[in-house]
Amino acid sequence: MTANGSEAIADRVLRHPFFVDVDPTLVHAMVSKAEERSYDVGEMLVHEGKAAEEFFLVLEGKIALEIGGGDRPGITVETIEKGELLGWSWLVAPYRWRFDARAAKPTKVIALNAAAARYALAAHPAFGYHFLMKLLPVIADRLENTRVQLLDIHGH
Amino acid sequence: MATEALHPQAHSHGTGSAAAHPYAPRPFVVTARIQETPDTVTLRMAPKLPGDRLSFKGGQFNMVYVYGVGESAISISGDSTHPEELVHTVRAVGKVTNALAALTPGAVVGIRGPYGQGWPLDSARGRDIVVVAGGLGLPPLRPTLYEIFRHREAFGRVEIIYGARTPKDLVFAEEVRAWLQRTDLRIQITVDAAGRDWNGDVGVVTVRIPDARFEAPNTTAFVCGPEIMMKFTAQALAQRGVPTEAIWLSMERNMKCALGFCGHCQYGPSFVCKDGPCIPYKTLAPLLAVKEV
Repeated sequence: MTANGSEAIADRVLRHPFFVDVDPTLVHAMVSKAEERSYDVGEMLVHEGKAAEEFFLVLEGKIALEIGGGDRPGITVETIEKGELLGWSWLVAPYRWRFDARAAKPTKVIALNAAAARYALAAHPAFGYHFLMKLLPVIADRLENTRVQLLDIHGH
Repeated sequence: MATEALHPQAHSHGTGSAAAHPYAPRPFVVTARIQETPDTVTLRMAPKLPGDRLSFKGGQFNMVYVYGVGESAISISGDSTHPEELVHTVRAVGKVTNALAALTPGAVVGIRGPYGQGWPLDSARGRDIVVVAGGLGLPPLRPTLYEIFRHREAFGRVEIIYGARTPKDLVFAEEVRAWLQRTDLRIQITVDAAGRDWNGDVGVVTVRIPDARFEAPNTTAFVCGPEIMMKFTAQALAQRGVPTEAIWLSMERNMKCALGFCGHCQYGPSFVCKDGPCIPYKTLAPLLAVKEV
């Protein structure tokens, strides 16, 4: 990737809602191996059990998160869209995906390298704290949504 | 006074002479049966008595009597500008609703109603509207949606959020597809879980509220679905800034007389049949916080 390409990616990362208010110089440390990708409907972004070597900022489209397997077909339990972040398995040892992710619409993402991101977060603790404080509400929202889903609110 | 309260015209807008007593059902003939989902059907009906018609307001309900089986409170899901046709959408979950869902054209049922306070659409004029339906919550909202569509210029932005357990549980599928083509409103459809044949949104309805397009302080919300769904939806709307007195929920309780006499549908200080079913969240919030009321 050219330097200009890297700067363009960094610029797009900084404009993504998840990175609003983040110090641009620190973002540059995370995006050295980042790249923009497109996925057609049905293409897989990640596979359950595989190494979580990257994570994704969704620029366009819709991504279905699936769980299942064994004798059961995959079930979509959540969809995420433009402006959202896909994945935190890359932050939790042993860094393996815990679900499948499939493009449910033509989708564009920025894929960020997990090792580079982990290094940047560890090397700059203030940035690491800030990043986790941004990620925590996402995790909390998804936990709460899962709890509401468990109530089977449409099934009564 | 009891004799006044028992007068049929106090509750019935019908013209049929059979409504001489509030407990006397008026006969309606099933003219069409539409299978909406594996367990839900829409019945189109016409009055059997010449000249009879049933005027109603969106959000009201009828007591529908399957002769020899029993009576059940069912919201009206048709068009209020066509009082010559009565439409009910029914999920087969109990003795009466199973019998209703099994009816075929030509069958006759007894109708008492309409009853209750409907959606206060007049109070929403000039405001943004958000309609949130969960599962079989869409049918009681459909008459009011028709009314909004007919007078679209009277309202601000209109956002419809419709959630169901799975794609096969979505009712009025063809009609909703047509609504999706409209440019004067926005519809978000979401299901709790789906297979790979569904490329739409997955997640509970509350997830769609933060991104819904309405100006919260100037918004009126109409919410209908299972009580637990309405509770979380109302909380999310209030959190977004919609005034609690402008969030309306359609409550469901065990209606028997539907006239406010028997008390079967009592919910706190209210009789749902008479004071509801459409009640503002401001009134309901303390009760919804109590388990198993």
